Amino acid sequence: MNAALLQQTAPAAADTIVVTWTDLGLSSALILVAIAISEWQRLGIARSLTVGAIRAVVQLVLVGYVLVYIFATSLWWIVLLALVVMLLAATSTATRRPGKRVAIGNRRTLWTISGTAMFIGSGLTLAYVTEIVLNVDPWYEPRYLIPLFGMIIGNAMNGAALAAERLAAEIENRRGEVEAYLALGASSARAAAEPTRRALLAALIPTVNSLMVVGLVQLPGMMTGQILAGQSPLLAVRYQIVVQFMLAGATAITGVIVVLWYRKTFFTDADQLATRVPV
Amino acid sequence: MDTEKTATPLFTLDRVSQERGGTCILRDVTIDLPRTAVTALIGPSGAGKTSLLRLLNRLDDPTSGTVWFNGRPITEYPVGSLRRRAGFVFQRPTMFPGTVADNLRIAVALGNGSGGPPDPARVLEAVGLPPDIAGRRADGLSGGEQQRASIARALMTRPEVLLLDEPTSALDPEVAEHLLATVAHLSRERGLAVVMVTHRLAEARQFSTWTVMLEAGRVVEAGPTDRIFTDAKNPRTREYIRSAE
Repeated sequence: MNAALLQQTAPAAADTIVVTWTDLGLSSALILVAIAISEWQRLGIARSLTVGAIRAVVQLVLVGYVLVYIFATSLWWIVLLALVVMLLAATSTATRRPGKRVAIGNRRTLWTISGTAMFIGSGLTLAYVTEIVLNVDPWYEPRYLIPLFGMIIGNAMNGAALAAERLAAEIENRRGEVEAYLALGASSARAAAEPTRRALLAALIPTVNSLMVVGLVQLPGMMTGQILAGQSPLLAVRYQIVVQFMLAGATAITGVIVVLWYRKTFFTDADQLATRVPV
Repeated sequence: MDTEKTATPLFTLDRVSQERGGTCILRDVTIDLPRTAVTALIGPSGAGKTSLLRLLNRLDDPTSGTVWFNGRPITEYPVGSLRRRAGFVFQRPTMFPGTVADNLRIAVALGNGSGGPPDPARVLEAVGLPPDIAGRRADGLSGGEQQRASIARALMTRPEVLLLDEPTSALDPEVAEHLLATVAHLSRERGLAVVMVTHRLAEARQFSTWTVMLEAGRVVEAGPTDRIFTDAKNPRTREYIRSAE
Protein backbone atom coordinates (compact mmCIF):
# COMPACT_ATOMS: atom_id res chain seq x y z
CA MET A 1 0.00 0.00 0.00
CA ASN A 2 1.64 3.21 -1.05
CA ALA A 3 1.20 6.57 0.63
CA ALA A 4 -0.90 7.99 -2.19
CA LEU A 5 -3.42 5.17 -1.83
CA LEU A 6 -3.55 5.69 1.91
CA GLN A 7 -4.23 9.36 1.41
CA GLN A 8 -6.82 8.75 -1.27
CA THR A 9 -9.03 6.48 0.79
CA ALA A 10 -8.72 7.85 4.29
CA PRO A 11 -7.49 11.35 4.85
CA ALA A 12 -5.87 10.79 8.20
CA ALA A 13 -5.42 13.52 10.72
CA ALA A 14 -2.25 15.48 10.07
CA ASP A 15 -0.41 14.10 13.10
CA THR A 16 -1.24 10.41 12.53
CA ILE A 17 1.84 8.25 12.32
CA VAL A 18 1.85 6.26 9.09
CA VAL A 19 3.02 2.68 9.64
CA THR A 20 5.64 1.88 6.99
CA TRP A 21 6.76 -1.57 5.76
CA THR A 22 9.93 -1.03 7.79
CA ASP A 23 7.78 -0.47 10.85
CA LEU A 24 5.95 -3.71 10.13
CA GLY A 25 9.29 -5.50 9.85
CA LEU A 26 10.26 -4.11 13.25
CA SER A 27 6.97 -5.20 14.78
CA SER A 28 7.57 -8.76 13.60
CA ALA A 29 10.27 -8.98 16.27
CA LEU A 30 7.43 -9.39 18.76
CA ILE A 31 5.98 -12.45 17.04
CA LEU A 32 9.55 -13.85 16.92
CA VAL A 33 9.67 -13.46 20.70
CA ALA A 34 6.45 -15.49 20.97
CA ILE A 35 7.93 -18.19 18.68
CA ALA A 36 11.15 -18.24 20.71
CA ILE A 37 9.20 -18.71 23.96
CA SER A 38 7.22 -21.53 22.34
CA GLU A 39 10.44 -23.28 21.33
CA TRP A 40 12.08 -22.73 24.71
CA GLN A 41 9.08 -24.11 26.64
CA ARG A 42 8.47 -26.84 24.03
CA LEU A 43 4.89 -25.77 23.46
CA GLY A 44 4.97 -27.17 19.95
CA ILE A 45 3.13 -24.19 18.53
CA ALA A 46 6.06 -22.45 16.83
CA ARG A 47 4.90 -23.71 13.48
CA SER A 48 1.29 -22.62 14.11
CA LEU A 49 2.51 -19.20 15.25
CA THR A 50 4.61 -18.84 12.11
CA VAL A 51 1.81 -19.95 9.80
CA GLY A 52 -0.64 -17.79 11.76
CA ALA A 53 1.58 -14.73 11.49
CA ILE A 54 2.04 -15.21 7.75
CA ARG A 55 -1.69 -15.79 7.27
CA ALA A 56 -2.53 -12.70 9.30
CA VAL A 57 -0.24 -10.57 7.16
CA VAL A 58 -1.53 -11.98 3.86
CA GLN A 59 -5.22 -11.88 4.89
CA LEU A 60 -5.07 -8.37 6.29
CA VAL A 61 -3.14 -6.97 3.34
CA LEU A 62 -5.62 -8.61 0.94
CA VAL A 63 -8.56 -7.29 2.94
CA GLY A 64 -6.93 -3.87 2.88
CA TYR A 65 -6.80 -3.91 -0.90
CA VAL A 66 -10.35 -5.27 -1.14
CA LEU A 67 -11.60 -2.50 1.13
CA VAL A 68 -9.70 0.12 -0.88
CA TYR A 69 -11.41 -1.23 -3.99
CA ILE A 70 -14.86 -1.28 -2.38
CA PHE A 71 -14.44 2.21 -0.96
CA ALA A 72 -13.16 3.54 -4.27
CA THR A 73 -15.88 2.02 -6.44
CA SER A 74 -18.62 2.68 -3.86
CA LEU A 75 -21.25 0.61 -5.68
CA TRP A 76 -24.21 -0.58 -3.60
CA TRP A 77 -24.17 -4.09 -4.96
CA ILE A 78 -20.47 -4.55 -4.32
CA VAL A 79 -21.01 -3.44 -0.73
CA LEU A 80 -23.90 -5.88 -0.32
CA LEU A 81 -21.82 -8.63 -1.91
CA ALA A 82 -19.10 -7.98 0.66
CA LEU A 83 -21.66 -8.20 3.47
CA VAL A 84 -22.97 -11.50 2.10
CA VAL A 85 -19.45 -12.95 1.95
CA MET A 86 -18.92 -11.89 5.57
CA LEU A 87 -22.23 -13.49 6.56
CA LEU A 88 -21.37 -16.78 4.82
CA ALA A 89 -17.92 -16.89 6.39
CA ALA A 90 -19.41 -16.22 9.83
CA THR A 91 -22.06 -18.92 9.34
CA SER A 92 -19.47 -21.52 8.40
CA THR A 93 -17.35 -20.61 11.40
CA ALA A 94 -20.29 -20.66 13.82
CA THR A 95 -21.34 -24.15 12.73
CA ARG A 96 -17.88 -25.68 12.44
CA ARG A 97 -17.67 -27.78 15.57
CA PRO A 98 -15.71 -30.90 14.77
CA GLY A 99 -16.92 -34.02 16.56
CA LYS A 100 -20.10 -32.36 17.79
CA ARG A 101 -23.38 -34.08 17.22
CA VAL A 102 -26.53 -32.32 16.20
CA ALA A 103 -30.16 -33.21 16.90
CA ILE A 104 -32.35 -34.87 14.29
CA GLY A 105 -31.15 -32.48 11.68
CA ASN A 106 -27.68 -32.48 10.36
CA ARG A 107 -25.06 -29.81 10.06
CA ARG A 108 -26.87 -28.34 7.07
CA THR A 109 -29.91 -27.69 9.28
CA LEU A 110 -27.77 -25.92 11.84
CA TRP A 111 -26.08 -24.01 9.04
CA THR A 112 -29.46 -22.82 7.76
CA ILE A 113 -30.66 -21.91 11.24
CA SER A 114 -27.49 -20.03 12.23
CA GLY A 115 -27.19 -18.31 8.86
CA THR A 116 -30.80 -17.14 8.88
CA ALA A 117 -30.59 -16.02 12.50
CA MET A 118 -27.41 -14.04 11.84
CA PHE A 119 -28.89 -12.59 8.67
CA ILE A 120 -31.95 -11.34 10.51
CA GLY A 121 -30.20 -10.30 13.74
CA SER A 122 -27.26 -8.58 12.08
CA GLY A 123 -29.21 -7.21 9.13
CA LEU A 124 -31.88 -5.56 11.27
CA THR A 125 -29.31 -4.12 13.63
CA LEU A 126 -27.12 -2.79 10.83
CA ALA A 127 -30.10 -1.23 9.06
CA TYR A 128 -31.29 0.41 12.26
CA VAL A 129 -27.87 1.80 13.19
CA THR A 130 -26.94 3.08 9.74
CA GLU A 131 -30.34 4.37 8.66
CA ILE A 132 -32.00 5.56 11.87
CA VAL A 133 -29.15 6.24 14.29
CA LEU A 134 -26.30 7.46 12.07
CA ASN A 135 -28.23 8.50 8.92
CA VAL A 136 -25.47 7.22 6.69
CA ASP A 137 -25.65 8.81 3.25
CA PRO A 138 -25.69 7.18 0.76
CA TRP A 139 -27.22 4.22 2.58
CA TYR A 140 -24.56 1.84 1.30
CA GLU A 141 -21.56 4.01 2.27
CA PRO A 142 -18.99 1.23 2.68
CA ARG A 143 -16.79 3.11 5.14
CA TYR A 144 -19.60 2.73 7.67
CA LEU A 145 -21.42 -0.41 6.60
CA ILE A 146 -18.48 -2.75 6.32
CA PRO A 147 -16.71 -2.09 9.62
CA LEU A 148 -19.99 -1.89 11.51
CA PHE A 149 -21.23 -5.13 9.96
CA GLY A 150 -17.88 -6.75 10.73
CA MET A 151 -18.31 -6.03 14.41
CA ILE A 152 -21.98 -7.06 14.44
CA ILE A 153 -21.48 -10.30 12.58
CA GLY A 154 -18.47 -11.23 14.72
CA ASN A 155 -20.56 -10.95 17.87
CA ALA A 156 -23.63 -12.54 16.34
CA MET A 157 -21.44 -15.45 15.22
CA ASN A 158 -20.15 -16.09 18.72
CA GLY A 159 -23.67 -15.75 20.09
CA ALA A 160 -25.10 -18.21 17.56
CA ALA A 161 -22.35 -20.76 18.18
CA LEU A 162 -22.64 -20.51 21.96
CA ALA A 163 -26.44 -20.73 21.86
CA ALA A 164 -26.52 -23.80 19.61
CA GLU A 165 -23.78 -25.65 21.43
CA ARG A 166 -25.23 -24.92 24.84
CA LEU A 167 -28.75 -25.86 23.80
CA ALA A 168 -27.61 -29.27 22.54
CA ALA A 169 -25.60 -29.85 25.72
CA GLU A 170 -28.42 -28.75 28.04
CA ILE A 171 -31.03 -30.92 26.33
CA GLU A 172 -28.68 -33.89 26.44
CA ASN A 173 -27.78 -33.33 30.10
CA ARG A 174 -31.37 -32.67 31.14
CA ARG A 175 -32.88 -35.45 29.09
CA GLY A 176 -34.56 -36.90 32.17
CA GLU A 177 -36.19 -33.61 33.10
CA VAL A 178 -37.28 -32.90 29.53
CA GLU A 179 -38.88 -36.34 29.20
CA ALA A 180 -40.50 -35.99 32.63
CA TYR A 181 -42.24 -32.86 31.37
CA LEU A 182 -43.23 -34.54 28.11
CA ALA A 183 -44.60 -37.54 29.98
CA LEU A 184 -46.94 -35.23 31.89
CA GLY A 185 -48.32 -33.91 28.62
CA ALA A 186 -46.16 -30.79 28.30
CA SER A 187 -45.45 -29.38 24.87
CA SER A 188 -41.87 -29.67 23.64
CA ALA A 189 -41.49 -25.90 24.07
CA ARG A 190 -42.47 -26.20 27.74
CA ALA A 191 -40.36 -29.31 28.27
CA ALA A 192 -37.25 -27.62 26.90
CA ALA A 193 -37.92 -24.21 28.46
CA GLU A 194 -35.06 -24.44 30.94
CA PRO A 195 -32.45 -25.64 28.40
CA THR A 196 -33.63 -22.86 26.08
CA ARG A 197 -33.30 -20.22 28.79
CA ARG A 198 -29.84 -21.42 29.73
CA ALA A 199 -28.66 -21.52 26.11
CA LEU A 200 -29.82 -17.98 25.46
CA LEU A 201 -28.21 -16.83 28.68
CA ALA A 202 -24.92 -18.46 27.63
CA ALA A 203 -25.09 -16.58 24.34
CA LEU A 204 -25.68 -13.24 26.06
CA ILE A 205 -23.30 -13.45 29.02
CA PRO A 206 -20.23 -12.24 27.03
CA THR A 207 -22.25 -9.23 25.86
CA VAL A 208 -23.32 -8.41 29.39
CA ASN A 209 -19.75 -8.76 30.63
CA SER A 210 -18.52 -6.53 27.86
CA LEU A 211 -21.07 -3.85 28.77
CA MET A 212 -19.92 -4.04 32.38
CA VAL A 213 -16.18 -3.67 31.83
CA VAL A 214 -15.92 -1.69 28.62
CA GLY A 215 -13.49 1.20 29.11
CA LEU A 216 -12.30 -0.18 32.44
CA VAL A 217 -10.46 -3.35 31.58
CA GLN A 218 -9.74 -2.65 27.96
CA LEU A 219 -10.42 -0.08 25.31
CA PRO A 220 -12.35 -1.64 22.46
CA GLY A 221 -10.53 -2.02 19.14
CA MET A 222 -12.73 0.37 17.26
CA MET A 223 -12.36 3.11 19.81
CA THR A 224 -8.62 2.56 19.98
CA GLY A 225 -8.47 2.76 16.20
CA GLN A 226 -10.36 6.02 16.11
CA ILE A 227 -8.17 7.54 18.78
CA LEU A 228 -5.00 6.38 17.02
CA ALA A 229 -6.38 7.87 13.82
CA GLY A 230 -6.61 11.24 15.50
CA GLN A 231 -10.28 11.40 16.49
CA SER A 232 -11.32 13.10 19.67
CA PRO A 233 -11.72 10.47 22.40
CA LEU A 234 -15.10 11.99 23.21
CA LEU A 235 -16.40 11.32 19.71
CA ALA A 236 -14.80 7.86 19.76
CA VAL A 237 -16.63 7.14 23.00
CA ARG A 238 -19.99 8.08 21.48
CA TYR A 239 -19.38 5.71 18.61
CA GLN A 240 -18.39 3.03 21.04
CA ILE A 241 -21.61 3.44 23.00
CA VAL A 242 -23.61 2.98 19.81
CA VAL A 243 -21.50 -0.07 19.01
CA GLN A 244 -22.03 -1.64 22.45
CA PHE A 245 -25.80 -1.29 22.22
CA MET A 246 -25.76 -2.49 18.64
CA LEU A 247 -23.80 -5.63 19.57
CA ALA A 248 -26.16 -6.41 22.45
CA GLY A 249 -29.19 -6.09 20.19
CA ALA A 250 -27.71 -8.15 17.37
CA THR A 251 -26.56 -10.94 19.70
CA ALA A 252 -29.93 -11.12 21.47
CA ILE A 253 -31.93 -11.27 18.23
CA THR A 254 -29.59 -13.84 16.69
CA GLY A 255 -29.47 -15.91 19.86
CA VAL A 256 -33.21 -16.08 20.37
CA ILE A 257 -33.82 -17.12 16.77
CA VAL A 258 -31.16 -19.83 17.03
CA VAL A 259 -32.49 -21.34 20.28
CA LEU A 260 -36.18 -21.26 19.36
CA TRP A 261 -35.64 -22.71 15.91
CA TYR A 262 -32.88 -25.16 16.79
CA ARG A 263 -34.95 -26.44 19.72
CA LYS A 264 -37.58 -27.70 17.32
CA THR A 265 -35.05 -30.03 15.69
CA PHE A 266 -34.70 -31.98 18.94
CA PHE A 267 -38.34 -33.03 18.91
CA THR A 268 -40.66 -34.87 16.58
CA ASP A 269 -44.08 -33.53 15.60
CA ALA A 270 -45.59 -35.71 18.34
CA ASP A 271 -43.49 -33.95 21.02
CA GLN A 272 -41.06 -36.83 21.37
CA LEU A 273 -37.44 -36.23 22.24
CA ALA A 274 -35.64 -37.35 19.12
CA THR A 275 -32.83 -39.84 19.16
CA ARG A 276 -29.63 -38.05 18.45
CA VAL A 277 -27.77 -39.13 15.40
CA PRO A 278 -24.14 -38.46 14.66
CA VAL A 279 -23.50 -36.08 11.78
CA MET B 1 -72.38 -50.88 26.21
CA ASP B 2 -70.70 -51.15 29.57
CA THR B 3 -69.81 -54.76 29.09
CA GLU B 4 -68.42 -53.96 25.67
CA LYS B 5 -66.28 -51.19 27.14
CA THR B 6 -64.95 -53.49 29.83
CA ALA B 7 -64.17 -56.05 27.21
CA THR B 8 -62.12 -53.59 25.16
CA PRO B 9 -58.50 -54.03 26.15
CA LEU B 10 -56.80 -50.97 27.60
CA PHE B 11 -54.00 -51.24 25.08
CA THR B 12 -53.68 -53.40 22.02
CA LEU B 13 -50.45 -53.73 20.12
CA ASP B 14 -50.98 -54.91 16.58
CA ARG B 15 -47.89 -56.18 14.74
CA VAL B 16 -45.73 -53.57 16.38
CA SER B 17 -42.06 -53.42 15.50
CA GLN B 18 -39.46 -50.92 16.51
CA GLU B 19 -35.99 -50.31 15.22
CA ARG B 20 -33.37 -47.96 16.51
CA GLY B 21 -30.07 -47.32 14.81
CA GLY B 22 -30.52 -50.41 12.65
CA THR B 23 -31.18 -52.65 15.67
CA CYS B 24 -34.55 -54.35 15.98
CA ILE B 25 -35.88 -53.75 19.50
CA LEU B 26 -39.44 -55.02 19.15
CA ARG B 27 -40.41 -57.60 16.53
CA ASP B 28 -43.93 -57.97 15.32
CA VAL B 29 -45.50 -57.70 18.79
CA THR B 30 -49.24 -58.42 18.94
CA ILE B 31 -50.79 -58.40 22.37
CA ASP B 32 -53.70 -57.08 24.48
CA LEU B 33 -53.12 -55.45 27.87
CA PRO B 34 -56.19 -55.79 30.13
CA ARG B 35 -57.61 -52.72 31.84
CA THR B 36 -58.48 -54.05 35.27
CA ALA B 37 -55.16 -55.27 36.44
CA VAL B 38 -51.61 -54.63 37.39
CA THR B 39 -49.75 -55.93 34.37
CA ALA B 40 -46.08 -56.84 34.77
CA LEU B 41 -43.70 -56.85 31.80
CA ILE B 42 -40.92 -59.30 32.57
CA GLY B 43 -37.98 -60.69 30.65
CA PRO B 44 -34.20 -60.55 30.48
CA SER B 45 -32.29 -57.31 29.90
CA GLY B 46 -32.63 -56.09 26.34
CA ALA B 47 -35.95 -57.90 25.86
CA GLY B 48 -37.66 -54.63 24.90
CA LYS B 49 -39.74 -54.12 28.07
CA THR B 50 -39.00 -50.42 28.52
CA SER B 51 -39.24 -49.80 24.78
CA LEU B 52 -42.70 -51.34 24.77
CA LEU B 53 -43.79 -49.29 27.79
CA ARG B 54 -42.61 -46.06 26.13
CA LEU B 55 -44.90 -46.74 23.17
CA LEU B 56 -47.92 -46.67 25.47
CA ASN B 57 -47.86 -42.92 26.08
CA ARG B 58 -46.02 -42.09 22.88
CA LEU B 59 -42.68 -41.15 24.35
CA ASP B 60 -41.66 -43.14 21.26
CA ASP B 61 -43.55 -44.36 18.22
CA PRO B 62 -43.21 -47.81 16.65
CA THR B 63 -41.44 -48.17 13.32
CA SER B 64 -44.39 -50.19 12.07
CA GLY B 65 -47.66 -51.55 13.42
CA THR B 66 -50.39 -49.87 15.46
CA VAL B 67 -50.90 -49.26 19.16
CA TRP B 68 -54.54 -48.96 20.23
CA PHE B 69 -55.71 -47.23 23.41
CA ASN B 70 -59.32 -47.70 24.56
CA GLY B 71 -60.22 -49.05 21.15
CA ARG B 72 -58.78 -46.18 19.12
CA PRO B 73 -55.40 -45.88 17.45
CA ILE B 74 -53.16 -44.08 19.89
CA THR B 75 -52.15 -41.53 17.28
CA GLU B 76 -55.74 -40.26 17.11
CA TYR B 77 -55.50 -38.75 20.59
CA PRO B 78 -53.89 -35.34 21.04
CA VAL B 79 -50.52 -36.36 22.42
CA GLY B 80 -50.72 -34.08 25.48
CA SER B 81 -54.08 -35.44 26.60
CA LEU B 82 -52.99 -39.02 25.93
CA ARG B 83 -49.95 -38.54 28.16
CA ARG B 84 -52.09 -37.13 30.95
CA ARG B 85 -54.37 -40.16 30.69
CA ALA B 86 -51.46 -42.58 30.66
CA GLY B 87 -49.09 -41.33 33.37
CA PHE B 88 -45.48 -42.44 33.02
CA VAL B 89 -43.10 -42.91 35.93
CA PHE B 90 -39.43 -43.28 35.03
CA GLN B 91 -36.87 -45.66 36.41
CA ARG B 92 -34.92 -42.76 37.88
CA PRO B 93 -37.22 -40.15 39.35
CA THR B 94 -36.57 -36.65 38.05
CA MET B 95 -37.88 -33.95 40.32
CA PHE B 96 -38.51 -30.48 38.98
CA PRO B 97 -36.91 -27.56 40.83
CA GLY B 98 -38.76 -26.39 43.94
CA THR B 99 -40.81 -28.16 46.58
CA VAL B 100 -42.89 -31.31 46.33
CA ALA B 101 -45.98 -29.08 46.21
CA ASP B 102 -44.41 -27.17 43.29
CA ASN B 103 -43.90 -30.47 41.48
CA LEU B 104 -47.54 -31.38 41.91
CA ARG B 105 -48.65 -27.90 40.82
CA ILE B 106 -46.56 -28.11 37.64
CA ALA B 107 -48.33 -31.32 36.68
CA VAL B 108 -51.70 -29.63 37.15
CA ALA B 109 -50.59 -26.49 35.31
CA LEU B 110 -49.80 -28.61 32.26
CA GLY B 111 -53.49 -29.45 32.05
CA ASN B 112 -55.53 -32.26 33.54
CA GLY B 113 -58.43 -34.43 32.68
CA SER B 114 -62.06 -34.16 33.66
CA GLY B 115 -63.18 -33.38 37.18
CA GLY B 116 -60.59 -30.78 38.10
CA PRO B 117 -57.28 -31.45 39.82
CA PRO B 118 -57.26 -33.84 42.76
CA ASP B 119 -56.42 -32.62 46.24
CA PRO B 120 -52.61 -32.72 46.58
CA ALA B 121 -52.80 -33.74 50.26
CA ARG B 122 -54.91 -36.76 49.37
CA VAL B 123 -52.63 -37.74 46.54
CA LEU B 124 -49.60 -37.56 48.82
CA GLU B 125 -51.45 -39.70 51.34
CA ALA B 126 -52.41 -42.17 48.64
CA VAL B 127 -48.76 -42.71 47.67
CA GLY B 128 -47.78 -43.06 51.33
CA LEU B 129 -46.07 -39.71 51.87
CA PRO B 130 -46.69 -37.59 55.00
CA PRO B 131 -48.58 -34.32 54.37
CA ASP B 132 -45.74 -32.12 55.64
CA ILE B 133 -43.50 -33.35 52.82
CA ALA B 134 -45.29 -30.96 50.45
CA GLY B 135 -43.19 -28.02 51.65
CA ARG B 136 -39.85 -29.83 51.36
CA ARG B 137 -37.45 -29.38 48.47
CA ALA B 138 -38.06 -32.21 46.05
CA ASP B 139 -34.38 -32.80 45.27
CA GLY B 140 -33.68 -33.30 48.98
CA LEU B 141 -35.91 -36.37 49.28
CA SER B 142 -34.59 -39.91 49.50
CA GLY B 143 -34.78 -42.16 46.44
CA GLY B 144 -37.88 -43.94 47.69
CA GLU B 145 -39.59 -40.65 48.57
CA GLN B 146 -38.74 -39.21 45.18
CA GLN B 147 -40.24 -42.22 43.44
CA ARG B 148 -43.43 -41.86 45.48
CA ALA B 149 -43.47 -38.13 44.70
CA SER B 150 -43.10 -38.99 40.98
CA ILE B 151 -46.11 -41.26 41.22
CA ALA B 152 -48.02 -38.54 43.08
CA ARG B 153 -47.08 -36.07 40.33
CA ALA B 154 -48.32 -38.45 37.67
CA LEU B 155 -51.59 -38.93 39.59
CA MET B 156 -52.26 -35.17 39.56
CA THR B 157 -53.46 -35.38 35.95
CA ARG B 158 -56.07 -38.04 36.91
CA PRO B 159 -54.65 -40.77 34.66
CA GLU B 160 -56.54 -43.93 33.75
CA VAL B 161 -53.37 -45.94 33.71
CA LEU B 162 -49.96 -45.65 35.33
CA LEU B 163 -46.94 -46.82 33.36
CA LEU B 164 -44.08 -47.66 35.68
CA ASP B 165 -40.62 -48.29 34.26
CA GLU B 166 -38.70 -50.39 36.79
CA PRO B 167 -39.90 -48.10 39.57
CA THR B 168 -38.03 -49.99 42.28
CA SER B 169 -34.70 -50.69 40.62
CA ALA B 170 -32.89 -47.98 42.59
CA LEU B 171 -34.57 -48.81 45.91
CA ASP B 172 -33.79 -51.13 48.81
CA PRO B 173 -35.90 -54.31 48.72
CA GLU B 174 -37.91 -53.21 51.75
CA VAL B 175 -38.64 -49.74 50.37
CA ALA B 176 -39.45 -51.32 47.01
CA GLU B 177 -41.97 -53.67 48.54
CA HIS B 178 -43.71 -50.85 50.37
CA LEU B 179 -43.89 -48.81 47.17
CA LEU B 180 -45.42 -51.63 45.17
CA ALA B 181 -47.89 -52.44 47.92
CA THR B 182 -48.97 -48.78 47.65
CA VAL B 183 -49.28 -49.07 43.87
CA ALA B 184 -51.34 -52.26 44.11
CA HIS B 185 -53.56 -50.58 46.70
CA LEU B 186 -54.00 -47.53 44.44
CA SER B 187 -54.95 -49.77 41.58
CA ARG B 188 -57.60 -51.57 43.62
CA GLU B 189 -58.99 -48.47 45.33
CA ARG B 190 -59.14 -46.19 42.33
CA GLY B 191 -59.70 -48.71 39.57
CA LEU B 192 -56.40 -47.52 38.16
CA ALA B 193 -54.75 -49.77 35.61
CA VAL B 194 -51.00 -50.23 36.05
CA VAL B 195 -48.45 -51.50 33.56
CA MET B 196 -45.05 -51.98 35.10
CA VAL B 197 -41.71 -53.13 33.88
CA THR B 198 -39.73 -55.12 36.36
CA HIS B 199 -36.68 -57.33 36.45
CA ARG B 200 -37.53 -58.57 39.94
CA LEU B 201 -39.70 -61.60 39.40
CA ALA B 202 -40.82 -61.70 43.02
CA GLU B 203 -42.39 -58.27 42.51
CA ALA B 204 -44.25 -59.40 39.43
CA ARG B 205 -45.46 -62.51 41.19
CA GLN B 206 -46.60 -60.71 44.32
CA PHE B 207 -48.14 -57.55 42.93
CA SER B 208 -49.31 -58.20 39.37
CA THR B 209 -52.42 -59.92 38.14
CA TRP B 210 -51.32 -60.26 34.52
CA THR B 211 -47.82 -61.02 33.26
CA VAL B 212 -46.24 -60.59 29.85
CA MET B 213 -42.93 -62.33 29.21
CA LEU B 214 -40.74 -60.71 26.57
CA GLU B 215 -37.50 -61.93 25.08
CA ALA B 216 -35.41 -60.45 22.28
CA GLY B 217 -38.17 -58.09 21.26
CA ARG B 218 -40.89 -60.74 21.04
CA VAL B 219 -43.75 -61.70 23.33
CA VAL B 220 -42.99 -65.18 24.54
CA GLU B 221 -46.10 -65.64 26.64
CA ALA B 222 -48.82 -63.65 28.37
CA GLY B 223 -51.49 -64.60 30.87
CA PRO B 224 -52.68 -64.44 34.47
CA THR B 225 -49.70 -64.05 36.77
CA ASP B 226 -50.60 -67.15 38.83
CA ARG B 227 -50.54 -69.36 35.77
CA ILE B 228 -47.37 -67.85 34.28
CA PHE B 229 -45.49 -68.49 37.52
CA THR B 230 -46.83 -71.97 38.22
CA ASP B 231 -47.67 -73.43 34.87
CA ALA B 232 -45.99 -71.51 32.06
CA LYS B 233 -46.67 -73.03 28.67
CA ASN B 234 -43.55 -71.81 26.97
CA PRO B 235 -40.28 -73.51 27.96
CA ARG B 236 -38.42 -70.17 27.59
CA THR B 237 -40.69 -68.65 30.23
CA ARG B 238 -40.21 -71.62 32.55
CA GLU B 239 -36.47 -71.42 32.09
CA TYR B 240 -36.37 -67.66 32.74
CA ILE B 241 -38.46 -67.94 35.88
CA ARG B 242 -36.40 -70.88 37.15
CA SER B 243 -33.06 -69.18 36.43
CA ALA B 244 -34.12 -66.01 38.21
CA GLU B 245 -35.30 -67.77 41.33
